[in-house]
Amino acid sequence: MSNRDIEQLVARQYEHGFVTEIESVTLPPGIDEDVIRHISNMKGEPDFMLQWRLRAYRHWLTMTEPDWAQLNIAPIDYQGISYYSAPKSDEDRPKSLDEVDPKLLETYDKLGIPLHERAALAGVAVDAVFDSVSVATTFKEKLADAGVIFCSFSEAVRNHPELVEKHLGMVVPYTDNFFATLNSAVFTDGSFVFVPKGVRCPMELSTYFRINAANTGQFERTLIVAEEGSHVSYLEGCTAPMRDENQLHAAVVELVALDDAEIKYSTVQNWYPGDENGVGGIYNFVTKRGECRGKNAKISWTQVETGSAITWKYPSCILRGDNSVGEFYSVAVTNNLQQADTGTKMIHIGRNTSSTIVSKGISAGRAQNSYRGLVKVLPGAEYARNHAQCDSLLMGDRCGAHTFPYIEVANPTAKIEHEATTSKIGEDQLFYCRQRGISEEDAVNMIVNGFCKDVFRELPMEFAVEAQNLLNVSLEGAVG
Amino acid sequence: MLSIRNLHARADDMEILKGVNLEIPAGEVHALMGPNGSGKSTLAQIIAGREDFKVTAGEVRYRDIDLLELTPEQRAHEGVFLAFQYPVEIPGVNNVYLLKAALNAQRRHRGETELDAFEFLQLVREKMQLMQMDESFLNRGVNEDFSGGEKKRNEVLQMTILEPTLAVLDETDSGLDIDALKVVANGVNSLRDASRSMLLVTHYQRLLDYIEPDVVHVLADGKIVRSGGKELALELEERGYDWLQSGNAA
Repeated sequence: MSNRDIEQLVARQYEHGFVTEIESVTLPPGIDEDVIRHISNMKGEPDFMLQWRLRAYRHWLTMTEPDWAQLNIAPIDYQGISYYSAPKSDEDRPKSLDEVDPKLLETYDKLGIPLHERAALAGVAVDAVFDSVSVATTFKEKLADAGVIFCSFSEAVRNHPELVEKHLGMVVPYTDNFFATLNSAVFTDGSFVFVPKGVRCPMELSTYFRINAANTGQFERTLIVAEEGSHVSYLEGCTAPMRDENQLHAAVVELVALDDAEIKYSTVQNWYPGDENGVGGIYNFVTKRGECRGKNAKISWTQVETGSAITWKYPSCILRGDNSVGEFYSVAVTNNLQQADTGTKMIHIGRNTSSTIVSKGISAGRAQNSYRGLVKVLPGAEYARNHAQCDSLLMGDRCGAHTFPYIEVANPTAKIEHEATTSKIGEDQLFYCRQRGISEEDAVNMIVNGFCKDVFRELPMEFAVEAQNLLNVSLEGAVG
Repeated sequence: MLSIRNLHARADDMEILKGVNLEIPAGEVHALMGPNGSGKSTLAQIIAGREDFKVTAGEVRYRDIDLLELTPEQRAHEGVFLAFQYPVEIPGVNNVYLLKAALNAQRRHRGETELDAFEFLQLVREKMQLMQMDESFLNRGVNEDFSGGEKKRNEVLQMTILEPTLAVLDETDSGLDIDALKVVANGVNSLRDASRSMLLVTHYQRLLDYIEPDVVHVLADGKIVRSGGKELALELEERGYDWLQSGNAA
C-alpha cells in the first residue's frame, strides 16, 4: 500500500466537531489579581482559597514556560485567554437531569454519551463538567450511603473546606511548574473525591470533560483522597468541538492514597487535534501526580490519548509508603501534525516499593510521539523495583517516535529494567492478514489493538471497548 | 485450476521471473523445486498477491479469474491460500481470533452464515487434534514466540480450517524434524481431493515421501526448466541442479 493511500485513509475528519450554543458568563480576556479575585468571588470561596490562588499567581509571574519537551509550540498569549466561562444557569443549578439544559444533553448525545441511560445501565456516577462548571451529578445518594464524597471541586470548597484545605497542593504544590501554577491561580472547577477509611467505592466514578466556549482556557482541578484501606476507580474521558484557535488546557490532578488504599485513575482523551494542516486543536498541558503516602498503597494510571494538537503530560507516582506500588499504562496516538510528549515519573522513596511502566506510542501522518519517563530511586528506597516497557509503532514514513528514559538510582539494592522497541506496522503483518481474507482496515485495527492490549486490559470493561473504538476511528487504515 | 502463462516479474530493478509457464489441473499436487534464488518464493507470493513484485508480462488465471486483478483478500475469498515460508508474528493478536476473523470474512464472501464462537472453537479443536497441537495455541498471539516448527504447523492448521481450493505451501517443510514433518504432511494430505489443487515449494525430496506429488517442476533462473513425475525429485536429490541448468543453457 502506497504512502498516498495511507494518507488518504488517515485523513478523516474529527467526528465531534460541533459547538453547542449556550449563553455563557465569560470574563473578558486577560489575567491579573482582580480576575482571580473575581473568579474566587463568583464561586463564593472562603478566604484561604483566594489567598492560595493569589500566592500561586504571584509565583507564576516569576516563572517562564518550559521548553525542554520534544514539542513545537506556537507562543501562547496568556492575556488573550478568558479565564472564566460558565453556563448561565450557574445561579440555580439543576437538581436532577430533567432540569438540565436540553441543549447540553443533546451535546452529550452527539458524543454518544446518553447521560442518564449510561449512568443507569453502567452503574456509573457522572459528574459532568461542561466548560468549567459541573451541571449534573448522579448517584449521589448511593455514594453518600457509603460515605464517599464525589462532587464538583467548587462544591467541595464550599461544603468540605477543611478537606480541601488539608489536601490541596500537597502533591502538586502551587509552585510546581508553569502550567500547574497557572492552574492553581485560575482553576474554575473540577472533581473532588473523598473515600473514607475502609470503604470500597461501590461504583466507577466518571467525569466527562468538555471544552466549549471559544477561546477559553480550561483549568480543571481534581483531587482524590483515599483513606486507609479504601479503594476507588475513577474514569475521565473527554472530547471537544472544532475550533479555529488553539485552546489551552492546563489541568491538575492530585491523588493521595493512605495506608493500604488503592486508586485507579483511567483516562480516555479525545480532544480536537486540529485539522490535517495542524490548525486549531487543543493544547493539553496537564500535571497529574499521585502520592502513595501510606504503606502498601497503590496508584495506577491508565491513559489512552488520541486527541489534542499538543500533549504534555506525565502522570506520576510518588512512592513514599513502604511496599507501595505505582503503575502507568499508556497508549498515545498521534496522527497528522499532532505532537505528544508524554510519560511518567516514578519516585521511589519507601522500602520495597515497586513500579511498572507500559507505554505504547503510535505515530501516523507527520506526527511526533515521545515517551519521556523518569525512574528515581532515593537512598532510603531499599529493594525498589521498576520495570519499564516502551514500544513505538510507526505508520508511514514521515512520522517520528522518540524515547527519553531517565533513570536515577541512589540505592544499590534497586532493580530497574527498561525495554524499548520501535517497529513499523509491517507490510508483512498486513499481507499475512489480508492473505487470510481479512480486509486491510480490519487488519490494521487488529494489529494496533494487539499492540495496545497490555494497556487496554487495565481499563475498566466499558472504557476498554470505547478506547478500542476510538483507536479504530483515529487510525482508520493508517498503515505504512 | 491454475494456469500461469509466460509470467515475467521483477522486484526493484531485478527481473526474477522470466517467462514461467505452469498448469495445475484440479485435484493435482505439484511440487516446485529449484536452486536458491531461482524465483520459487517470488512465484508463490505473486500468486497470493504480494505487491512488492511487479508483473511485467504474462498472466495468472485461476478458475477463469484473472488473479492478478484481485487484491490479496479477494484472492483469499476465492480460495487461494499461501502457507508462508516465514510466518510473521503479530504480538497481542490472538491466534484464534485472527483465524476466526479470517474464516468468517471468507464465509461472508461466499454468502454463508458466520460461525459463532462456540462452533468455531469446536472446529479449531478438531483440527488442532489432527495437527497434534496443544491447547495453549488457542490463547497465544499469532506466531508470537512460536518455534520454527510451531509456526509451520500453525500455517497448516489455518489451511485445514480455511479449506482453500488452491493452496501454495512455501517451504512448509523446512525447519521441521521428522515427526513434525509427518504431522504437517498428514494435515496437508487430509485436504487432498479432486476439487483442490496444491503447489508445494520445497528444497527437499523428503517432503515428497509423505505428500506424493503428481508432477514435479524445476524452476531455475526464473523459468521452469524441467517437469516430470515424482522420480524427477529423486533424480534431483542425487544429481543436484547443475546438470539441468547447464543443459538448459546449452
